Amino acid sequence: MVERLVIIGAGMASGRALEHIFEDAPGRFDVTLFGAEPRGNYNRLMLSPVLAGEKDYEQIITHDDAWYEAHGVHTRFGESVTGIDRQRKIVISKNGETPYDKLIVATGSAPFIIPLPGKDLPGVMAFRDLDDVNRMVEVSRRPGARAVVIGGGLLGLEAAAALRARGMEVVVLHLMGHVMERQLDPAAGYLLQRDLEARGIKVHCKAQTKAILGQDRVEAAALEDGTVYGADIVVMAVGIRPEVRIATDAGLHVERGIVVNDQMVTSDPDVLALGECVEHERIVYGLVAPLYDQAKVLAKTLAKIDAAFRPVQTATQLKVTGVSVYSAGDFAEAEDRNEIVLRDATSGVYKRLVLKQDKVIGAVLYGETGDGPWFFDMIRKGTDTSEMRDTLIFGQAYQGGSPLDPMAAVAALPDDAEICGCNGVCKGAITGAITAKGLTTLDGVRAHTKASASCGSCTHLVEQLLHATLGDAYNPAAIQPICPCTEYGHDDVRRLIIAKSLKSIPAVMQELEWKTSCGCAKCRPALNYYLVSDWPGEYEDDGQSRFINERVHANIQKDGTYSVVPRMWGGMTNPKELRAIADVADKFQIPAVKVTGGQRIDLLGVKKEDLPAVWADLNAAGMVSGAAYAKGLRTVKTCVGSDWCRFGTQDSTGLGIRLEKFMWGAWTPAKVKLAVSGCPRNCAEATCKDIGVVCVDSGYDIHFAGAAGLDIKPTELLCHADTEDEALEIIVALTQLYREQGRYLERIYKWAKRVGTPSILANVVTDRDKRRHYYERFVFSQTFAQVDPWEERVNGKDAHEFAALAEFGMPVAAE
Amino acid sequence: MTDWIEIGTIDAIPRRGARCVNTPAGRIAVFRTQQDQVFAIENRCPHKQGPLSEGIVHGASVTCPLHNWVFDLATGKALGADEGQVRIYPIDLVDGRIFMALESALVAAE
Ligand code: SRM
Ligand SMILES: Cc1cc2nc3c(=O)[nH]c(=O)nc-3n(C[C@H](O)[C@H](O)[C@H](O)COP(=O)(O)OP(=O)(O)OC[C@H]3O[C@@H](n4cnc5c(N)ncnc54)[C@H](O)[C@@H]3O)c2cc1C
Ligand code: SF4
Ligand code: FES
Repeated sequence: MVERLVIIGAGMASGRALEHIFEDAPGRFDVTLFGAEPRGNYNRLMLSPVLAGEKDYEQIITHDDAWYEAHGVHTRFGESVTGIDRQRKIVISKNGETPYDKLIVATGSAPFIIPLPGKDLPGVMAFRDLDDVNRMVEVSRRPGARAVVIGGGLLGLEAAAALRARGMEVVVLHLMGHVMERQLDPAAGYLLQRDLEARGIKVHCKAQTKAILGQDRVEAAALEDGTVYGADIVVMAVGIRPEVRIATDAGLHVERGIVVNDQMVTSDPDVLALGECVEHERIVYGLVAPLYDQAKVLAKTLAKIDAAFRPVQTATQLKVTGVSVYSAGDFAEAEDRNEIVLRDATSGVYKRLVLKQDKVIGAVLYGETGDGPWFFDMIRKGTDTSEMRDTLIFGQAYQGGSPLDPMAAVAALPDDAEICGCNGVCKGAITGAITAKGLTTLDGVRAHTKASASCGSCTHLVEQLLHATLGDAYNPAAIQPICPCTEYGHDDVRRLIIAKSLKSIPAVMQELEWKTSCGCAKCRPALNYYLVSDWPGEYEDDGQSRFINERVHANIQKDGTYSVVPRMWGGMTNPKELRAIADVADKFQIPAVKVTGGQRIDLLGVKKEDLPAVWADLNAAGMVSGAAYAKGLRTVKTCVGSDWCRFGTQDSTGLGIRLEKFMWGAWTPAKVKLAVSGCPRNCAEATCKDIGVVCVDSGYDIHFAGAAGLDIKPTELLCHADTEDEALEIIVALTQLYREQGRYLERIYKWAKRVGTPSILANVVTDRDKRRHYYERFVFSQTFAQVDPWEERVNGKDAHEFAALAEFGMPVAAE
Repeated sequence: MTDWIEIGTIDAIPRRGARCVNTPAGRIAVFRTQQDQVFAIENRCPHKQGPLSEGIVHGASVTCPLHNWVFDLATGKALGADEGQVRIYPIDLVDGRIFMALESALVAAE
């Protein structure tokens, strides 16, 4: 038997419900559809583009006459239902009574109009249906027309942007401190306001509207603070209220909305309801996604199939062309939550994820919203993100299918994903080179693409790409040769230099069958260091195998000038040194003087030919090279310690100076930075240095293997020393062990990780003889190393470096 | 006919090193290899103007000190994955004396 189904309201929710009903219960219902609007179903969301002139009404129709006809729907458009008689099971409208067996209430919501003086003036309108849009478009055609939009939420801003696109002057009045405060946090709200203002929309926040002014139509809007904005239309977009009047009159259970159960049935078993007019578990929805779920469930209920509607999360996007905003879930701050934020000021990107116990519960994206759905999915599923926390904010492209499998993650990256930030190399370039050039090693990739050849922080990604591209043909366990000039890795070369007593670069290259005549820029500096370190006093340093900075004892700058950093022992200086620095800066017109992060002063922009003269003046004031360029001892930072500080337990400044004076000049595999703090408050930041001392009442805690550059890593506690002498001996022995074992360019923390702390402890802490032995080797090596390179050059060493081979002046005259 | 002008002797340049000839229009880097070959090229890396004379010399190539591009001294072409070219200047080596074409010395790289 065919049942009579009457539907009140031809909106988004009922339209979707009808589709499901015809699928789930074909032929079961004879449908009558009432709609207050004089037209059928269209996509209400798309009214904004229609208002903006980007779309026509025809393009947003979802169900046309043919569709209703095909499904036998009796359409009663332009006919409001004015009453329901549940006893008699009829609905009442201007054309009389219509009986039903089942009734669906889908009346949506009505725009909320603030009861302001002047609210009834012509020109005050809402933004809800096509008639509103048509009215606004008409006014916008008048030259110089002005609009005031009350409400800076989703709807108000879409209206404002659309009216602006139509050429109107637009002011948005918003009561709250920032726009879209229900979907956006203040930072994203700020960016949005900025972007809207860039389009010429004025946004007035914290605006308390007092009255709408005008004689026979609207002329202006006045604020409590006295501001008056002229207006030809005032659009009220402050909110919506569920349209429940007929349901209330019919005696259905209504709270904020018409109360329904999980099956979308109201307090009357023959009356169902869905859409913005209903309330389910105290929630009233204002976005379509949950309404579509309701439509599915409602159709199933009518078809007598079990189904239940459950509360859902919603996500919001602002449909303003050129503005990307995405917001989902709950993003308020709270004690038990933490957040991940990514900002890019230049491109106007802001992303914020709110996490609670490793689960994303809220996301706000501005400027770049492509990952919105992905985050939203996690919010809905309650995905555990602990495995991908570090890269989560970068989005799906950086994760791949399963977060546990890094291979899948790189495989999932798009070809244009940037892998190497330093050199701007993207994935496609790397995999392309691997295939085209038959590359099988990291070095190969570095040589051909430069990827991971600079700071190296993307090395693991490049290795994963090698793996993903080559499969098992890539064997990272194989020893990485130092460079393409040899088959040997660093450790083998170091071992063989000692075993075979190789004491010059040509000797190493000859005996170890180097494949090139004179090496390359990678292996020569490494070999030079190994030889300097292993044969003190015997091997003659090869300047031509050193990077320019270490060859001329200054740091080359991007414009080819140099920087000069004199030592300031332990960060201490005095008027004489400062005067000398000031004088040198004046005399040589050095353009920049900067305090470095290493507690000393940098003179930047020195011409190469001036270097020896600059050094001569600094030497004269007692200063030597600070080795700011060296794979060697750099700085020893200190705090004021017991000399001055009320908390100081030991003379940290004194120990720092002593260490720096003891160890300066030593070459090491990579740079070495020390610090000594006078108490655990640690003002010298000793616990992120290669070696750091934290003074305590009972003596000295010696820390090591910290990093604060490319990687950031706190130090590990090596041991405690009772006296300054003991601390110095341990530190020096530790440095020597590192000098002998470290691979070129391997910082202490990486070396320590490779060889393991136990082996280090055994060599420099527990076994005193061994410690002494390393200490003495360092002391011996220092007898050759502690020569100020500046002074040597002031006295003429490497003079060729600082003068041109030949100078030609301006051509005097043509011969 | 080319006029040659002497710019110095080979001993004035360290092996695997370079020195500059300053001209009114810029610097020319003169290199000496391990094998005592001598090459002259423009002292400006096409990447970001790195002074090539400060680079590490290996074989008949130099690695730019700023970002490690490698150039073939004989052709001035970047090697490996990079693309770029520096000007090269003819050199004559007679008895350890280095000669450069006069016009190069006067109107070198801009
Ligand atoms: C001048 C200075 C910045 C400043 O203005 O403060 C500086 C400048 C340079 N640093 Fe630095 N670093 C300076 C303190 C630091 C610090 C802070 C510190 O020492 O307390 C760090 C982090 C701590 C650390 O090293 O762990 C630091 C971590 C780096 C790194 C990353 C090293 C790493 O292994 O992670 C590099 C790159 C490298 O060495 O390969 C680097 C490289 C550089 C270079 C040498 C870049 C280059 O290759 O040309 C810069 C030379 C500029 C110049 O000519 O002066 N600089 N650099 C600081 C000099 C301190 C000094 O008095 O000697
Ligand atoms: C401009 C605009 C942009 C929007 N953008 C988005 C967006 O981007 N994303 C999103 O999720 N949501 C958006 N929304 C909200 C979305 O349109 C609504 O959530 C959705 O339309 C609600 O569907 P509904 O069927 O409950 O109500 P409606 O679609 O409003 O349908 C209810 C219909 O019932 C009619 N009606 C009411 N009372 C009676 C009666 N007594 N008799 C007969 N007919 C009656 C009304 O005239 C109306 O046509 C937007 C809304 C607007 C206005
Ligand atoms: S952080 Fe260091 S390496 Fe980077 S730009 Fe500053 S000084 Fe140069
Ligand atoms: S300037 Fe030469 S490599 Fe960048």
